[in-house]
Amino acid sequence: MGIKGPTTEQLLDMYAAMWRIRLFEEQAEYQSGQGKVLGALHTYIGQEAVGVGICAHLTDADYITSTHRGHGHCISKGADVRRMMAELFGRVTGYCKGKGGSMHIADFAVGMLGANGIVAGGFGLATGAGLAAQVRESGQVAVCFFGDGAVNRGPFHENINLGAVWRLPVVYVCENNQYAQWTPQEEITLVTDVASMSSAYGIPGAQVDGMDVLSVYQAAGEAVDRARRGEGPTLLECKTYRFHGHNFGDPQQYRTKEEISDWSGQHDPIQGLGDHLQREGVLTAEEAESIRNSVQEEIAGAVRFADESPYPGPEELTRDVFSTPVA
Amino acid sequence: MPSIPMNQAIREALHEEMARDSSIFVLGEDVIAHGGPYAVTRGIAEQFPDRIRQTPISEAAIVGTAVGAALCGLRPVAEIMYVDFITCAMDEVVNQMAKVRYMFGGQTDVPVILRLPSGSARLIAAQHSQSLEAWFMHVPGLQVAVPSTPRDAKGLMKSALRGRDPVMFIEYKRLYSVKGEVPDTEYVIPFGQADVKRQGEDITVVASGPMVGKALEAARILSAEGIELEVIDPRTLVPLDTDTIFSSVEKTNRAIITDEEVRRGGSSAELASRIAEECFDYLDAPVRRVAAADVPMPFSPVLEKLAVPSVEKLLAAARDLVA
Ligand SMILES: Cc1ncc(C[n+]2csc(CCOP(=O)(O)OP(=O)(O)O)c2C)c(N)n1
Ligand SMILES: [Mg+2]
Repeated sequence: MGIKGPTTEQLLDMYAAMWRIRLFEEQAEYQSGQGKVLGALHTYIGQEAVGVGICAHLTDADYITSTHRGHGHCISKGADVRRMMAELFGRVTGYCKGKGGSMHIADFAVGMLGANGIVAGGFGLATGAGLAAQVRESGQVAVCFFGDGAVNRGPFHENINLGAVWRLPVVYVCENNQYAQWTPQEEITLVTDVASMSSAYGIPGAQVDGMDVLSVYQAAGEAVDRARRGEGPTLLECKTYRFHGHNFGDPQQYRTKEEISDWSGQHDPIQGLGDHLQREGVLTAEEAESIRNSVQEEIAGAVRFADESPYPGPEELTRDVFSTPVA
Repeated sequence: MPSIPMNQAIREALHEEMARDSSIFVLGEDVIAHGGPYAVTRGIAEQFPDRIRQTPISEAAIVGTAVGAALCGLRPVAEIMYVDFITCAMDEVVNQMAKVRYMFGGQTDVPVILRLPSGSARLIAAQHSQSLEAWFMHVPGLQVAVPSTPRDAKGLMKSALRGRDPVMFIEYKRLYSVKGEVPDTEYVIPFGQADVKRQGEDITVVASGPMVGKALEAARILSAEGIELEVIDPRTLVPLDTDTIFSSVEKTNRAIITDEEVRRGGSSAELASRIAEECFDYLDAPVRRVAAADVPMPFSPVLEKLAVPSVEKLLAAARDLVA
């Protein structure tokens, strides 16, 4: 049963969205070097096809949960890059009034239930979102993004089993970028094909090339449709690669320059889609350039917005701990 | 005496004790690559390749296997990358590690050390900046060490590595790079011995972790105003050296407790109530606490600065106490 689409319009949207992530992250790294973006910074560069290919099937009513590497998920789900950048700058106009920072951006208005500083912290939240959708018969779907490293924590097992046995409308998406921080996957996990773990939970598993947004789109479409039909979760593994360090400033002694340049040179997801669109005659080189340029302007606007925004005032320190302040 | 940073001091303790005792075994996430985020275990893999293992991201398994191995002849030292992630292993800490000796009638030792990078640093916000000493103090069976200097860190780690009971070893991230003198001769610092970091007549300040340095700074400033602080670092919260603290309060008749934990239910609450119970007749003023705001650690630097207890807050509390 094939997945329809993507339409030309969707293809162009996906192309722009991948650029939006790439340029946002490049700018975030630059601003981190300038001392404007503060705290830890984990970029999504290289993994753009995963977030974008999956969220192409979701509406604002659907939910996602995210990780410490969450900017790409936010942008894929339609978050505003201006408020994201302001959050990274620690400003009050940021999504979390500057209280969260890079590792904790959320936009509940578009169903983005939050980036997460705790590896595997999103499993329960996504499974609960699926439960709420099922109980309310709302037709919504929840997607749980997680890394290959998160597979080794208990919440992976507990929540996928629960989602499976209750047939919750959840798609568990493993972004297997082959490293957990500084440790190669095969040193800490014998089963490196995470999709095959689905059999332990009695749900379908699928593995796709996470550098190819069209493959991601196809597989995600099937998983999301299945969830919407009430048939339960899928474990979808996207093989991918982060082009930059675990965090900004990581000297990356655990992998070779050749490995990095092989991936970034031959498997760049944005270039892949751009080439495809040009071959299909959907996009000219000039149009591709102009998409990139307009995204670039959008990101520059986000930086200006962040830079001109005020810091939170002292009254924000104790606000939001509870719905109403307590002694 | 050589001056070295705290991460190196802890590393030296590990190296020296591993050479002495072949049962010491190190485990944790990325403890070989870079020696963990703060390079504490750097070099151990080269010297003791069979006695260090890099784990998956599996905190419950890290603590659980450390406890199991400790029951069966090893002396595990586990790094939890940030203390915040100990939440992922609380059954293993609270129901297993802390209770095994007592529950089984004292049949076994449980020599596990959990190394726990703590506190605010580098603006890493709510899930990477906590100080959880009070949680651990509240569980009978756990010892809690909180070094504030490289010298204390090395000496306390050596004691921990020779002890028979579980230790929650709190390492303040901001202190890792702060240098201090460390004896180049063999020494250990026993648990349960507070250190009087500065003598003074007017106010006893019981300070732990990063607040020790701030208390000493406050003391220098106040000395010019004629107020002399006595700064006491308990060094271990469990066991607690109440003798040193109480006799200081009996001398000064005033006390401030300060640490970087959130104030509500923090270790400062326990210390303050112990002083109130035992030194009531000697107190000229209520015991004061200077601790972190009762909020998750905010990200923005302007808010983080307000949340973390400062020298200024200590100054205000001290001036108020003698006013
Ligand atoms: C429970 C927990 N343990 C450890 C960490 C520290 N940590 C942050 S990211 C990370 C690696 C995660 O690897 P993976 O899940 O593969 O995600 P990736 O970084 O590759 O996107 C680690 C160990 C954490 N944040 N939470
Ligand atoms: Mg990974």
